[in-house]
Order: sequence, then structure tokens, then C-alpha cells
Amino acid sequence: MNTSTDTTGAAKAAPAGGTGTPGPGWFKRRVIGTKADVVPRITFAVVAFLLIVVAPGMLTAFRLDLLAKYLVFAIVAVGIALAWGRGGMLVLGQGLFFGLGGYVMAMHLQLADAGPGEKPMFMSLTGASDLPGLWEPFRSPVFTLVMVVALPMAVATLLGLLVFRSRVRGPYFAILTQALAAAFVILLVGQQDLTGGTNGLTVSTFFGLDLAKNSDKLTLYFIVLAVLLVVFLIARQMVKSRYGQLLVAVRDGEDRVRFLGYSPTTVKVVAFATAAGMAGVAGALFVPIVGIISPTSLGIVPSIEMVIWVAVGGRVSMAGAIAGALLVNFAKTELSEAMPSGWLYAQGLLFILVVAFAPRGLAGVGDWWRENRDRFDRFRPGARTAAPASGAAAGEGA
Amino acid sequence: MEQLLSQIFVGLSIGSILLLVALGLTFTFGQMGVINMAHGEFIMAGAYTTYVLQQALGDGATATAFLLAIPVALVVAGTMGLLLEVLLIKRLYGRPLDTLLVTWGVALILQQAARDIFGAQNVEVKSPGWLDGGTTLIGVDVAYNRLFIMALAVAATAGAWYVVSKLKQGRRMRAVMQNRQLAAASGVKTASVDRRTFFLGSGLAGVAGVALTQLGSVGPTLGTNYIIDAFLVVVAGGLGKLRGAVIAAVVLGLCNSLIEYWTEASLAKVIVFALIVAFLQFRPQGIVAQETRGLA
Repeated sequence: MNTSTDTTGAAKAAPAGGTGTPGPGWFKRRVIGTKADVVPRITFAVVAFLLIVVAPGMLTAFRLDLLAKYLVFAIVAVGIALAWGRGGMLVLGQGLFFGLGGYVMAMHLQLADAGPGEKPMFMSLTGASDLPGLWEPFRSPVFTLVMVVALPMAVATLLGLLVFRSRVRGPYFAILTQALAAAFVILLVGQQDLTGGTNGLTVSTFFGLDLAKNSDKLTLYFIVLAVLLVVFLIARQMVKSRYGQLLVAVRDGEDRVRFLGYSPTTVKVVAFATAAGMAGVAGALFVPIVGIISPTSLGIVPSIEMVIWVAVGGRVSMAGAIAGALLVNFAKTELSEAMPSGWLYAQGLLFILVVAFAPRGLAGVGDWWRENRDRFDRFRPGARTAAPASGAAAGEGA
Repeated sequence: MEQLLSQIFVGLSIGSILLLVALGLTFTFGQMGVINMAHGEFIMAGAYTTYVLQQALGDGATATAFLLAIPVALVVAGTMGLLLEVLLIKRLYGRPLDTLLVTWGVALILQQAARDIFGAQNVEVKSPGWLDGGTTLIGVDVAYNRLFIMALAVAATAGAWYVVSKLKQGRRMRAVMQNRQLAAASGVKTASVDRRTFFLGSGLAGVAGVALTQLGSVGPTLGTNYIIDAFLVVVAGGLGKLRGAVIAAVVLGLCNSLIEYWTEASLAKVIVFALIVAFLQFRPQGIVAQETRGLA
């Protein structure tokens, strides 16, 4: 727990990373940054303060658990923002990668619960005599942690190479990812002896943490927060790097990039696989927080729901994606408690209104304001001319 | 051998259902490059139309209501599609991925509306007497309702083919499909053609919904269960190509039932999906591709 707060705390103090030599102007250069950095950095510091100090202190254990779940969803959302917002690949099947990470983790935790040489609980119900060979390697915690990331990334790389190489894109790609998620769920339900079928897998401990104990839940919350921070920083670095520019270029003019001598396939596969890896990590953390992973949380409907979080937050902005995931899930909890059928209407409307009429989402509000400012103060003498409209640059970085 | 024949019959039956469900999609997807996720809900609307008609006409007229439901469902679902096109899809021209998400939102609302109107419980649609039972053809048990769906699929395909290749309206549709700008420059009113295409495509979904009432009860998620398979048919068949859709539907139906016979249901789905991805390696444009000089 100490280590996780330390990393987040250190990053808050120096969001730009790196340890510059303290000297004249160091504080201004490193911490405050240029004029454009001020608002994002203050926001980042405030949000970090809220999540690290205020939330654990103020919220009840139940609410903190919910918040941890939303933060897990935010990890998926960052990946989607990278692949969809930046790369133009509408990923409708993130449930698959989320599920792969989740099931890998759940298999290990069940084996750890059962003890050495024993079978997980549910297998005695289905009447399996031996532990299936597929499960055996997941006794190792190291192998499990590697597979949580590696397996989704491998699947995504394979699919991406096949699909992008034959230049399947746009809606075709979206449909294929969706069909893949659907097939995965059918497979999970069908292979009941291996996967627990529709019941899924339940866990009660997480690497020595007792998931029923509140203090251990708090530790888990900080682990999730630390992972989200790492994922966010990775995505942000990718977006800011040359690769990030190439990714946007592929989104906006794939053929031009190809004619310039780059391989759009590679560029897209990297983003798609990164998004898949993030979904895998999120799935693995979802298991201890919720205590169960089952096909219900992975199918077509949950997968496409993940996209709306990102749409609400602003698809090109990593920070927007996080905000969207938190906001939409919070609204979902509140609204479905108040009136269950109301939430489904609200969700439908959210899809229609946000995607059709506000495609830049929350993160685009600032840009919209800058572009339309002159409309509001055109009566003032010397009103500024309109800023150049540029959808691609909306909500850059944090 | 008999087992194999009966699996082939099941495969053809699945194929005909896929064809009915996907037929309307080939129009809307092919014509406008738009993926309409609410297509499944138009199917549901067709199925509920049958239910409402049966309730309204009473017990004595089950068969009449069922037959009457086919044209009525065409109009009901078609009108819904028309409204969707005019109100939303038209405004999202050139943004196919956004259209997909927006129509998904429409689908969610329609589903919840069905749940609120007809209840979360599934409702039963009675079969007309002459669709009960079955017969034996070359040693294979053949249910009449399966045969009826096959016949309906053939009839709907023939009707669609006639409209597309024989009528003036169809010629305009093909023109817009092949080159929208050139068609517009030649005096085709593309906006009006789009509306009619959407009416026709959505209406066919309604007809598919009527057929699906014969296979089970009708519920709010009826359409969602079929929509992914229908999209795969369109993707594998090629954009806006009737011939491609027919071939893809039959092949996918047969693959599904035969692989299921050799392995099991859940594996069959995954294998069929892998086959489609593999197939797209060789023919990314689908079975029947539109000749084009543009970049792939």
C-alpha cells in the first residue's frame, strides 16, 4: 500500500516525469510548465488529490468499492480512446480482452484458494476428475501476471495482422471485433467444465488480500489507482510521441501514410494490441473487486457500452476517457437504482446525442468554446478572429 | 447418411433464416455504407406486429392474421426505418462508425420500449394450423414451418431481385450504390433513393420478424440474437450484392450445422468465425465484389 501511494504522489509532484536539476526556474519549468499546461496540470493535481486522499477518507467501503470498479473501467476506456479516438479503429469487442485478462486472473486465484494439488471448487460440482491441462500453468503467479497482459495482446496482434493486412477497416472491422466477442462468450458458456459456464468464476482472495476485509479492499483500491496512473502515462506518452502522430495520420489518411513508405498495418496493430493489453489488465483487476467474472459482463452489450464511456468523455483524449468512464458508470449506478428502465432509455439517448451531435465529448468543450468564443463577444470592439477549427487536435494530451 | 442429409436440411434452414435477416441489411449497408444496429429491432417490430394482429383479430383468424402480418410488418418496420433515416442517419452522412453507435442507441431505446409495452416476458405467436407438423422427404424429417421459412426467404429474395434489377427504382438504387456523385450529376435524386432503399431494407427486416415467430416465442431481445450473424453474412457476401448474400447465407448455414454436427454448438460458432476471417484474407471485399478502380 505504501509503495502505491508513493508512486502516485511522486507523479503528482512532477507530472512531466524525469528529475531535472533543481536550479533557477526549475519549479516553473517542471511543475507549472507553459501557459497551455497550467489548466491540465492543475486538474490532474486536483483529481489525484481527490482520488488519493479525499475518496478513501470520505467514502463508505461500499462506495469505495464502486469507485474502484469505475477506475477499472477507466483503464479499459484509455485503451479504447487510443485505438478508436486516435487510431480510428472502432473496437466493439473489448469484452473479449477484458474477459481473457479476467479469466486468467480468476483461474489463478481459484487455484490459489484451492491449495497445491487441489481442484477449484466449481469443478467438483461439474464432476471433472482431474484438473484440465489448460489450468495447470496458472498455478504460477508470475505466469498468470504475464498472461494477463500477454494473452490479450497476442490475440489482438494475431487478429490485427490478419485483418489489417487484408485492409479490412471501418465498419467491417467493428463488426468483426463484435462477432469475436460474441463467439468468445458462446465458447465460455459452452465449455462449462473448463470455465464454469454462465456462473463464471468467483474469487475470495487476491494474492494474500482477504477481499471481505475493508482494509485489504483499501489496498486493492490503491493498486487499481496506481495501475490506472501507469496506463494513463503509457497512453499519454504514446500519443505525444512520433508514433502517436503516425497513428493519427493513419486514421485520417491511411493510403497517404502507406504511400509515404510506412506500414499502416504495424501502426494499427500496435494501438489495437495496446488497447487489448489494457483491457486485459482491467479484467484482471475487475475480478478481485467484484469477486466474480462471468460471461454476462463480457458480451456484445457490455463491450459496446465501453465505447460510450469514451464517447462521452471525448474519444481523442485519454483524460477524457477516464472522466467519461467514471461519469457514465456513476450515472448508471445512480439511475438504475432510482428507476431501472429509465437508465436504458438514458443510455440510448446518450449514444444518440453524444455521438451524433457532440462527437468530441466532454474533452471537446474547451475547444468548442475557443472556436466559438467570438460568437459571444462579437459586439465587443476588437473581437478576436476565430481560432482555426481543427477536430483532430481536440483535447490534446491530459 | 440420413443423419448427414438431415444436418444439411437443418443447415439450409439456418441459411434461409440468415438470408431473410440479412437481406434488408445488404440494401442499407450496401447502398449507404451504413451499419444499422437497429436492424435487429426492426425484426423484433415485425414479430410483435404479428402478435398484435393475432390479438386484435381473435382466435378464429390465426392464419389470416399471420398472412396479413407479412405486408403489415413490411410497412411497420419500413416506416420505422424511414423515420430513422430521415431523422438521424441522413445527418451522419460520411461518418459510418458514428452511425453504427447512434443506431445502437436507437436499438436500446426500441428494446426498452418493447419491454415497457409488451412486458419483459416473451409472448407466444400461434402458428396457423397448416404449419404444424411435418413430412418425410428422402428419409429426412422436414417440419412445415422450416419449409415455409425457406419458401418465404426464396420469395423475398426473388422480390428484392426483381425490384433491384427490373424496376426503374432499382436501377437508380444500383446507380447510387456504384457511384453516388455520378448518379447525382446524372439527375438521380439520391436523397429520395436513400429513403426508399431504407424503407425497403427495413421492411424486409419486418418480414423476417414474421418468419421468426414460427421458431420460438417473441421477446424484446429477439433481434439482437440474429443481428451479428446477419452482419457476418453481409460482410462475407460483399457489399450490396444479392448474389453474395444468398451464397454467404447458405454457406454459413451449412457450415454452422455441419461443424456443429462434427464438434459441438459453442465450438462451431468460433470455427465459423475463424473461417470468415480466413476467407477475408483472400477476398476482403467478400464473395461478390463490386468492380472498382478506387483504393481498396
